[in-house]
Formats: sequence, C-alpha cells, structure tokens
Amino acid sequence: MLTKEQIAQRISKELQDSFYVNLGIGIPTLVANYVPSGINVEFQSENGVLGMGAFPTREQVDADLINAGKQTITTLPGASFFDSELSFGMIRGQHIDLTVLGAMEVSQYGDIANWKIPGKMVKGMGGAMDLVASAENIIVAMMHTNRVGASKLLKQCSLPLTGVGCVKTIVTNLGLLTVENNQFVLQETAPNIGIEYVKSVTEGDLVVSSTCKEMEF
Amino acid sequence: MISKKVNSVKEALTGIANGMTLLVGGFGLCGIPENAIAELVQLHIKELTCVSNNAGVDDFGLGLLLQKHQIKKMVSSYVGENHEFERQMLSGEIEVELIPQGTLAERCRSSKMGIPAFFTPAGVGTEVAEEKEVREFNGKQYLLEYAVKADFALIKAWKGDEAGNLIFKGTARNFNQVMCGAAKINVVEVEELVPVGELNPNEIHVPGVFVQRIFQGEKYEKRIEKLTLSE
Repeated sequence: MLTKEQIAQRISKELQDSFYVNLGIGIPTLVANYVPSGINVEFQSENGVLGMGAFPTREQVDADLINAGKQTITTLPGASFFDSELSFGMIRGQHIDLTVLGAMEVSQYGDIANWKIPGKMVKGMGGAMDLVASAENIIVAMMHTNRVGASKLLKQCSLPLTGVGCVKTIVTNLGLLTVENNQFVLQETAPNIGIEYVKSVTEGDLVVSSTCKEMEF
Repeated sequence: MISKKVNSVKEALTGIANGMTLLVGGFGLCGIPENAIAELVQLHIKELTCVSNNAGVDDFGLGLLLQKHQIKKMVSSYVGENHEFERQMLSGEIEVELIPQGTLAERCRSSKMGIPAFFTPAGVGTEVAEEKEVREFNGKQYLLEYAVKADFALIKAWKGDEAGNLIFKGTARNFNQVMCGAAKINVVEVEELVPVGELNPNEIHVPGVFVQRIFQGEKYEKRIEKLTLSE
C-alpha cells in the first residue's frame, strides 16, 4: 500500500514542464515536495498567489502570507499576488494546467463529492466547485477506502456532489485509475497489491487496462 | 483631493444598523478588518447578514460576532475551523448559504462593476444549482448567479492615503480588493494611513473612488491560523 507521500510522489510524475498547478489541502499539498528535476512548474493557491515556495523558517513567517489551507508559506522569485476575483479568473478561464484535490467519494462517471456529510459535517466547498467545473486536467488523491473499510470508488456518489463528470485520474493507496466510458480503468497497482484486491475494494464498475502494471518508485 | 479620512473606527461605522448586510474582507484570519469587527462587538449590532469567505475561528475574526449571536446569516464558501459556528449551523440557530469561492468573488465583482448577473460553470449538477437557471453555451452548462447586494463593506488594506487609494500586502489582498466598492458604503481600515502624494500612483491596487471612509486601525494582532514551518 502506498503511503500518503508515495501517492503524492506518483502524482508528481504527471507534472509537465511549464505547468501552472493548483494543489488542494491534504495529500495534494505534498506533491510540491516531489517535483521531478529538470521540470519547472508554478504552484497557484486560490487565495491569491502564484509561485508558492516552501514553508517558512521561524524568521520568515509573515501573517500576510498563507496558502489556501491557511498555512504559512513563502514565495519564490517570479511570484505574484492577486485578489480572489483574478485568482478564480485564472481557474475558470482555464489558465491553470493541472488541479490536484482530495475527495470523499468518486463515481465511475467521474463525479466527485468532497464538501459535506449531511447532518454531520459541513465545512463548505471552498474553491473546489470552481476548480472541478473548469479544470481540463483533474487528479484526485485519496485513500481507496474510508475509515470503516468501505470503497470510495462508487457506482454513484452517496454524498452531495462537488462536480459532475469531471474526474479523469485517481491515485489511491492501492493504485492509479482513470475514468473512461463510465467505468474505472485500473492502470497501475501499488507494489505488492494484486489486481484482485483492488477489484474487491472498488464498488464501481472496474476494468483492468491491458497495459496494467505495478507502480515503480 | 477628495478626503475619505475619518478619525475613528466609531465614525467609520456610523450608519451600520441591525439587520444590515455586510461584506467582510479576508481569507481565514489573513487580512480581516480586525478593528471594525471589534467595534461591531462593542456596538451590539444584531441580525447581521455577513458575506465573507470564512467565519473566523472560535475566538477571533467573525467568530467574535458569532459568540455574541450578532449574526443571523452567513454567506461563505468555507466554514470549517470554527466549532461554535458548526454548532449554531447544525442546530439551526444560524442561517447559512454556502457558495463556491469563485462565485462569491464574482458576485462581489459584478456588484462593484455594475453587472447584475453572470453565468458560471461552478456548481452545475450539485446542490448549489437548485432553483437556479441553467443555460448552455458552446456545449457546456452554466448557472445564473446574481451580483451581491450589501449595505457596507468592511475592508482591510496595508497602506492607504487620505484620498482612499489602497495598497495590499501579500495574500491579505484576497477578498478585500474585490469587495472594496461592492457595497453602498465601503469602509477601509489600514495599518498605515499616509497623506496624499506619498503613495506611488503606479502601485495603487484600489483607486479611492471605490472608498467612502478610511481610517488607521489602532492595533493589529494579525493572528496566524496554522503556523507551518519548514524543518
């Protein structure tokens, strides 16, 4: 099974030179730690910064400089600041090349749910609905099953949706899957995780790609 | 020069009354109008509708107004990190409208720019789309969303001059820039209020025409929500 860091590491291989990338809270944030050498990407945070750098040292901390997860950050040379309206213009206007975000559930139709559990938890959608409605290239980073062992890759989402028919790629602790023709397609399995095991914990329709292989790190 | 300067937060908030709708700048606790919020607590103004990306934390930001039950309705995109708020929401004590962050920003921008409504793809096929007009453009579906209507905007900038020209710092710009000008009366507090002529016109983020009142905040705590350090 992949660790959260390995999920991020696998996603980082999808980064291409000169990509502008929006990373969501949680596992997606870790992707920034694994940018392949020789590739230049710029990270956008929807609260108003392009060119996000590493977390600050104690001396560098600035209350006026945070990411969308409200964590303190630094900027890299070439960074820029802007307001929320321009930030979402970048997102809706498809100027951002890749969006990586977490999910509670994903359906075989590419629907995603990640903002609300009725009666229990309401945190809000933040920028996720804008991101999934507009981004051409969305990767979901999540665990394959929830805390009680139930599949998060479903025929239909049971939770309120964040977006419809938008997810194309999912990287979980068990493998990499794509969404094609209303079904999940298993492309890669995590090391030492058999195809049969992935099938057993995927509730939605799943086919195995003819080129399915074990992930390499 | 048309002066927008007022001498105190009290004077700046003159006219805010029970039941009004306020736009409140900031993202999390970054760039929130600390002095205006503290004054609203003092004034005991109630039944407020607050339009703000977040609802503060339990003991800071808009959380201070929530504690005193001064807010009737919150319009936000993300309200995690505030337990008292979550309690009031799940028990039905407070009305909540959650909207996508980009839609929130654009609803403010539209109001400021004199555009009554617009179409956006965010929320199509979700709860957010309920009872909203959907229209197709170039094969893709969009929701009709309306410009926000508000009585006051409470804005925080870094520096400003007496003419109301503003400069923001870092990611504290967030909703402050877009909200400034989106309400009938736009009140700005700054860390440093300078005489006209001291700010470089090339570096102004918001021209004074969008500002009705400006004052220098007495003190800023600038609390950090999630201090995260590199090793």
